[in-house]
Amino acid sequence: MSEVTGGVEVEEEIGGTVKKFMFVNRKAPYGTIYALEGLEVVLISAAFDQDVSLVFLDDGVYQLKKGQHTKAVDMKNFSPTYRALEGYDIDKLYVEKESLEERGLTADDLVVDVEVLTAEEIAKLMAEQDVVLSF
Amino acid sequence: MKFGILVNEGPFQHQAADTAYHFIKAALDRGHEVHRVFFYHDGVNNANKLSEPQQDDRNVVHRWSKLAEEHGIDLVVCVAAALRRGIKDEILAPGFRISGLGQLVESGIQADRLVVFGD
Repeated sequence: MSEVTGGVEVEEEIGGTVKKFMFVNRKAPYGTIYALEGLEVVLISAAFDQDVSLVFLDDGVYQLKKGQHTKAVDMKNFSPTYRALEGYDIDKLYVEKESLEERGLTADDLVVDVEVLTAEEIAKLMAEQDVVLSF
Repeated sequence: MKFGILVNEGPFQHQAADTAYHFIKAALDRGHEVHRVFFYHDGVNNANKLSEPQQDDRNVVHRWSKLAEEHGIDLVVCVAAALRRGIKDEILAPGFRISGLGQLVESGIQADRLVVFGD
């Protein structure tokens, strides 16, 4: 476990503290590395038994788009990883309604089941968090 | 208040490292504690001791090392992000260490506020 958590002995050093962590994904999946490396932090956070949620807004909604074909750009298609999040007990996935609509998308276009919320509802959720990490 | 800091951008392409540095200085001046700065994405380039800025410019890498030395701040570079970008132990500036992303999550848990500097 300490290899996964970067040498942190989870039990000893955080002593059962559970905080609300929100990961805000704002960027398209390819073109920059933010989405891919952001997802790596999400996966690690699962090892710490925190209250984790993910938000997708702006071009970040494209991270969840079905049917990503990346062969022509020689990039790894990492969208299947989002489907694996459930196995890590990460099941609070929120997508901003306005961002979907602006891009002509609906929840049916996405690789995972999500809760679609308005910007106002997401703002409320954000205000309740202890830690907000934006990638 | 106890702060954790996340720096997500390289030292010169983007202002994030400068803003983070000045934020930390201001926080320390007001008696706050900064327990760790975590470097992620291109932010890992802040740890490259081979960086040689021009004489009349600020030395971002050296500035971090000095901050660590004077205030005992833990400067942690993400191992996965670092390996991708060729940042290894042999080119780490003083005060930096390479470790895993768990150090970032732990910082979020232990600090009163985790402040993100990035794009």
